[in-house]
Amino acid sequence: MKLPLALALLLCPAIVHAHLISTGLGPVYDGITHFALTPEDVLPVVALAVLAGLRGKVHARRAIFVLPLAWLAGGIVGASSRVAMPEALAWLPLLAMGGLVAADLRLSPTATTAIAAVLGLLLGGANGAAMAQAGAGLRGVTGIAAAVFVVATLASAGTVAWQSGWMRIAWRVAGSWIAAGGLLLLGWSLR
Amino acid sequence: MIKRTILLFLVLLASPALAHVQPGEAGGFVSGFLHPISGLDHVLAMVAVGLWGAQLGAPAIWLLPVTFPLVMAFGGFLGLVGVPLPGVEFGIAASAILLGAAVMTERRPPLYVAAALVGLFAIFHGHAHGTELPPGQSGLLYSLGFVVATGCLHAIGIAIGAIHRWPTGQVALRIAGGGVGIAGLFFLWQAAT
Repeated sequence: MKLPLALALLLCPAIVHAHLISTGLGPVYDGITHFALTPEDVLPVVALAVLAGLRGKVHARRAIFVLPLAWLAGGIVGASSRVAMPEALAWLPLLAMGGLVAADLRLSPTATTAIAAVLGLLLGGANGAAMAQAGAGLRGVTGIAAAVFVVATLASAGTVAWQSGWMRIAWRVAGSWIAAGGLLLLGWSLR
Repeated sequence: MIKRTILLFLVLLASPALAHVQPGEAGGFVSGFLHPISGLDHVLAMVAVGLWGAQLGAPAIWLLPVTFPLVMAFGGFLGLVGVPLPGVEFGIAASAILLGAAVMTERRPPLYVAAALVGLFAIFHGHAHGTELPPGQSGLLYSLGFVVATGCLHAIGIAIGAIHRWPTGQVALRIAGGGVGIAGLFFLWQAAT
């Protein structure tokens, strides 16, 4: 009895899943999970939402719809062409978005919308190419765009609601942390 | 019997599958977060920045926490790409001495002088983090960890500095500044030996 047990323990080790490959719930959930576990994607989205929220409701309302739609459009292009922003440039959205929040720039609603569109197209394109390679395709990109909408909405709503006094400084400090992370990521990529 | 013993021995010797990085490597946010707070020189200097900011009041009290992470990250960037910065340990010790002295004497220089001084020290601290960062899997999370930890140390300093509104608190802050300065002298002696 002990011998078969020992053999079973030796011969039937479980496969170690060091990284998330699939949630087992389908490509939409795979996309959502991919987004949630990728700080290079989440942090620029949060930074853009905070940037829009700091400027007010008009900016926030535009950003939360333009960003996921642009993300979806970029994802479709990326998934079909498999051409996307190089991974070595992952620092750029972090540094740019975090820097804008830290500086608390007074942008026009059009400028905020344009920034949201560019960010969505760039990161969505990268996601689309990655999803296509992983076999998740457009449904994966749809899941990511939905997650982007939820995160951007929550972050911008929080920023619009809480920005008096110290809270505004706290948002700017958070932006400077994101920008600092981007600068250091550039250093890591050049190391 | 021998085979069974060998099999059991092999089972008991089976090592755990370490699918992720070993402790101490740049594996993520927590290890990065622990990096600055594991060195007393960094802790005291960063808390002193917060104390000084609280003494100086607005706009320094909010300008420093916004700009410091960026300047520190620039220092870290220099360290990561291999740009040498001579005398980093001396610079860190000097930061504790001078920031402690500034808190002790409640020195109120013009804002740009205070910002330049703190920025210079931020480069030294950032460079030290950048060169001390071990290679790992998630440079971004590690970097965010040590940036956030530094920001938290500033916040602790600012929170402690809130006692500056009371006369007794002002004296206590000056004493604390003196303590940081003395610790800085010790760090300087350590760096020299």
